[in-house]
Amino acid sequence: MTKLDARMPEGPLQEKWGHRLEEMKLVAPNNKKKHNIIVVGTGLAGGSAAATLGELGYNVKAFCIQDSPRRAHSIAAQGGINAAKNYPNDGDSIWRLFYDTIKGGDFRSREGNVYRLAEVSNNIIDQAVAQGVPFAREYGGELANRSFGGAQVSRTFYARGQTGQQLLLGAYQALMRQVDRGKVKMYPRQEMLDLVKIDGVARGIITRNLITGQIERHSADAVVLCTGGYGRTYFLSTNAFNSNATAAWRCHKRGAYFANPCYVQIHPTCIPQSGDYQSKLTLMSESLRNDGRVWVPKNKEDIGKPPHQIPDADRDYYLERKYPAFGNLVPRDVASRNAKYVCDEGRGVGATGRAVYLDFRDAIKEQGRDAIEDKYGNLFHMYHKITDEDPYEVPMRIYPAVHYTMGGLWVDYELMSTIPGLFVAGEANFSDHGANRLGASALMQGLADGYFVVPFTVGNFIAEYDVKPVGTDHKAFDAAEKDVRDQIKKMLDVGKQGSRTVIDIYKDLGKIMYDEVGMSRTGDGLKRAQDVISGLREEFWKDVKIPGRADDYNKMLELAGRLADFLELAELMATDALEREESCGGHFREEYQTDEGEALRNDEEFCYVAAWEYSEDGKPTKHKEELEFENVELATRSYK
Amino acid sequence: MAQETMTVHLKVWRQAGPEESGSFQNYTAENVNPHMSFLEMLDVVNEDLIHKGEEPIEFDSDCREGICGTCGFVINGQAHGEERGTTVCQLHMRSFSDGDTIVIEPWRAKAFPVIKDLVVDRRAFDRIIAAGGYVSVGTGPKPDANSIKVGKDVSDQAFDSAACIGCGACVAACPNASASLFTGAKITQLAMLPQGHPERTRRVREMVHQMQEEGFGNCSNIGECEAVCPKEISLSNIAKMKREYLRAMFSDS
Repeated sequence: MTKLDARMPEGPLQEKWGHRLEEMKLVAPNNKKKHNIIVVGTGLAGGSAAATLGELGYNVKAFCIQDSPRRAHSIAAQGGINAAKNYPNDGDSIWRLFYDTIKGGDFRSREGNVYRLAEVSNNIIDQAVAQGVPFAREYGGELANRSFGGAQVSRTFYARGQTGQQLLLGAYQALMRQVDRGKVKMYPRQEMLDLVKIDGVARGIITRNLITGQIERHSADAVVLCTGGYGRTYFLSTNAFNSNATAAWRCHKRGAYFANPCYVQIHPTCIPQSGDYQSKLTLMSESLRNDGRVWVPKNKEDIGKPPHQIPDADRDYYLERKYPAFGNLVPRDVASRNAKYVCDEGRGVGATGRAVYLDFRDAIKEQGRDAIEDKYGNLFHMYHKITDEDPYEVPMRIYPAVHYTMGGLWVDYELMSTIPGLFVAGEANFSDHGANRLGASALMQGLADGYFVVPFTVGNFIAEYDVKPVGTDHKAFDAAEKDVRDQIKKMLDVGKQGSRTVIDIYKDLGKIMYDEVGMSRTGDGLKRAQDVISGLREEFWKDVKIPGRADDYNKMLELAGRLADFLELAELMATDALEREESCGGHFREEYQTDEGEALRNDEEFCYVAAWEYSEDGKPTKHKEELEFENVELATRSYK
Repeated sequence: MAQETMTVHLKVWRQAGPEESGSFQNYTAENVNPHMSFLEMLDVVNEDLIHKGEEPIEFDSDCREGICGTCGFVINGQAHGEERGTTVCQLHMRSFSDGDTIVIEPWRAKAFPVIKDLVVDRRAFDRIIAAGGYVSVGTGPKPDANSIKVGKDVSDQAFDSAACIGCGACVAACPNASASLFTGAKITQLAMLPQGHPERTRRVREMVHQMQEEGFGNCSNIGECEAVCPKEISLSNIAKMKREYLRAMFSDS
C-alpha cells in the first residue's frame, strides 16, 4: 500500500499556506503564455480558476456541458457564503470558522486544508464585492450577515436566496472578460469523456461535442477538473438534471484515487417527492431554519389534520426538544436523520407521510410578513409554485434529499490528484468538508479553490515539473480516443436491441441508493446494495435501450454514458460505506450509535481518509491517509 | 390525495438539425398528473417515444428549479407559457385543463439558431457579456468589502437587474427579437453600483454594439419581454440602457 503524501507544509497551522506560497516556484510572465491549461467545468471553482489563470497570462481552454458557462449548477445555491469577517462583532475569527468546519465535518478532514479555506474566506468576499456582486446590505450601506446552519455566529453573506447565482455570475463575468481578451477559449456543450496521460502525467482530455457528436482531442500542460459532485448517483437529488460524475470517474479509471465516496450529504429542507414521474427534488435553503420551526404532530392520529387545527400542545418541535442549544439550527445530517426518524415512527405528514412541517407562523407574528418576505421572498415563491400551497398561510412540508457529496477525487494540499498535472477543485475533490459539510461552505470552498489556490499551485507544478509542450497526435491520444469511441459504439449497439430505457435503470439505481446507501446504513443493507448495483450494471450493458445516433445531439446517449459511470461509482460508495465501520457526519451506520441514537465515531480505527485505487477486476484497493490533529482535540460532536 | 389525471394533446416543433426544415408533430400525453412539471410531462412523453422506437423530443433543461436559465420554449405562443414569472421547468400541469391542445415551439430569433427540436444556440448572449458585462478587476488583494458602501435601496435595485437568468425568453417574445432587456439588465446593474462606474461609458457602447452585431432587433417599447420574463425584470432596465447610451454618446470618445 503506497503512503499518500498530502504535501502538507511544515510549521504552525497559521503559517502553512503563507509558507507554501513563498516556497512555490513561479512561472515568468513571458513564459506563462507558452503554457496551455485545460479547465473542465465552469461553476464557481472552474469559472473562477479559468478566469484567474487567464488573468495571469496562461492560455486557458475552458469546457462545460451546458450551453453557457453561466449555467453551471453552482447557480442554484441559495443560502449564502461564509467568511470570517466578523463584521457583526459577535466573536468570529478565522480560527472559529476553521474549528466549526472541522467539527462540522466530524473530524474527518485535513486541518491544514480547512485552515487555509478559513483564511482565504475573507478575500472571497472582498473579491466578489469588487466585481459588483450585489450582496444583501444594511441601510448604512454595509454588508449584511446572517447565521446559518450549525454556526453560533453570523458569518454568512448572501444575496437574497440567490447567492450562488450572483457569485457565479461574478465569476462568469470575470471569465467572459478573459474570453474577450483572448486568454480563455470557451468550449460550451462539450463533455469530457477521458483523461489523456503521457508518462504518467495528465496531458489532455478527450471530449464529445454535444451538438454534433464529434470526438475532439485537447492537449495541455495541466488539467484542472471542476466538475462538481456525484449526488445524481441517487437519481433524485437537488442537483441539476445534467450534473454527473463522468469526468471525475474517468480520471479515477486512469489512476486518480477516489476518496471517501460514502460521504454524502442529505439536506434536510427539500420539497417532498410527489410522484414517480419526478425528475429532481427542489431544495429550500436551510436559511429558512433560522426563522422556521420544524415540527410534526405528537400523535399519529393528527397527521391528517390541517396543521392550524393542531394546537401547540399537540405539536412536537422535535429539534428544539432534543437539541435545546442549537434547536432548529442543528447541522444538516442531524436534522435529516431526525426527520427520517419521526416519519419512520408514523408521524410524517403530507400525502406520502414522508414530510415534516417547517412553520413560519411564529416568525411572521414576531417580525411581520414584510420582514420574512424580504429574507425569503423568492424561496416562498418557489415553494408556492411547486406545491400550490402558500407558505405564508400554511407551514411548508419538507423532507431530506441528497444534496452534496463531500467525497471526491483525492487531492494533496496543492489540490493535485494522484495523477501529476491533474488538479481537482470544488465539490469534485474531497478535501475540506470531512464527513459533513456545513451550510454556506460550498460556495466558499469552490471560490477559495478557484480564485486563490489552484492558480498558484498549477503554476508551481508547471515550473517544478518543467512541463514541455505535447501535441494531440501523440499515441496516448489515439488510445484514449479509441476507448471513448468504443464505449459509445458499445452502448449504442446494445441500445438498439435493449428493452429498458436509461431512465428506467437509472431510477432503480436511485432507489437502492436511497434505501441502503442513504441517511441511515447497515452492513446487510450495504451488501444488498452491492448486489443490486452489480445486477443493474449487467442489465445496463445487456438490455439498455438508447434512441438516436452518436453523431447528433442526443440527450439520452449523454445520460447513458453518465449512468454507466454512476453504476460503477455507486458500488464503490457502498463498498466504502461498508468498510467504514463507524458513524461520522453524513455517514450513519445503524450498528454504530450512542445510546441516545447519535453518531458514534471510532477514532482509533477510522480516523483516516479512504482513497480508492481503481482496478479493472472490480476489486479496488483502499489506501489510507491517516488524519493528524495537532491543533484541535477530537471531540464528540454534540449539539445538545 | 387521489389526483384526477388528465390528457393533453401536444403539437411539438420537430427539427432534425440547424439546416433541416422543421414541422409540427402531434402527440398525446395521457395520465398526466397535475402536480407534474411541464418538463416532467415531456419526460414521460419521451419515455413512451423511446419505447416505441421513435426519437425523443430534444429540449434543454438543467436545474429544473427556475434559476439556471437553461430551459425555455414557446407554449401556446408565449415564451415559458402563460403563467407570469415562471420558467418552463416551474410550470405545472395544473395550469392546464384536461383535453387541452398545447403548441410547443423553440425560441425563434435570427440570433438564436435552432440546434434540434426545441434546443437553440444562445451563445450570442455570452458574446454580449464578453463585450463589457463585467467590472474589470482581476483576482487579488482588494480593499475590505465594507470600504465600498452601497445604500440598501441602490443595492436592492441592482439586485433586481442582476436577477436575470439569461434564458432568452425576452428575445423570443419580442416581435423584433431584441435583446434589449437582457443587455439592459446587466448594464443597469453595473451602472448603479459604484464598482461599475469607471467603465460605465465604454461598457454600454460595447455591449449595445455587440447586441446589434449579433443580429438582435431594436427595441420598440412593446413590453412583451417584461411580460414573459421569468424573473420579472422591469422594462425600466431598457430605459436605463438607452439613457446610459445617450450619456455615452455625449461623453468623451
